[in-house]
Amino acid sequence: MRRTLQLAAIGTGAGAFSGLFGVGGGTIIVPLLMLWLAYEPREATGTSMAAIAVIATFAAALHAAYGNVDVAAAALVGIPAIGGAVLGIALQQRIPERAISAAFALILVVIAVELIVP
Amino acid sequence: MEDLAAAVLGLLGGIVGGLLGVGGGILFVPALTLFQDMPQIEAEATSLLAIVPVAAIAAWRQSSYGNVRVREGLLIGALSPIGVLAGVVVANEVSQRVLELSFAALALYIAARLAISPARGRP
Repeated sequence: MRRTLQLAAIGTGAGAFSGLFGVGGGTIIVPLLMLWLAYEPREATGTSMAAIAVIATFAAALHAAYGNVDVAAAALVGIPAIGGAVLGIALQQRIPERAISAAFALILVVIAVELIVP
Repeated sequence: MEDLAAAVLGLLGGIVGGLLGVGGGILFVPALTLFQDMPQIEAEATSLLAIVPVAAIAAWRQSSYGNVRVREGLLIGALSPIGVLAGVVVANEVSQRVLELSFAALALYIAARLAISPARGRP
């Protein structure tokens, strides 16, 4: 029960940040899975992807209803990104788990700086 | 040329996303605002659409490596719409600057926690 509530809190939090900032929610999901539910870094990133697929579908559908989505432009960045993600994931299997969480901490600092500097 | 630049940022977003378990929106949104002349809201919406196939294929690849807890991942996703709605409401009530600074503080806190006590478990 406690675990289900934690998953619910992660889902709600990721959704909220998605609604607030227009991101998928991975920056919330990955660290919370590691810190709250003791996921290994690789498992946290893999599970995050499954969650993001669902969250982004909801959010994109909502935006599409407002006519804000450009399908051709989405394909322009999305199709190369699919290749990039397959590459990044293959690479991720070859680096130590510790390096993944360290890189994630670094990305969070970059995001914080971007948010603070107007 | 602008299309090529956007596609390259898309590729980089995918690599970073695959490595870190995020969708890649961090790079998709600037790719669309800078190189496709899109307003912020359209860029965010279009970025979310681009993320859908990236995340779906990434989840499939990661599951082939045994790194996805499917039930828990889908549960997180299924419970997110409540948060999406809450986020939209809050975004309309609170100033954007307050939101940015609050999230920056949270991001720094999480970064510190990750740096101090990374994954409990195997290195």
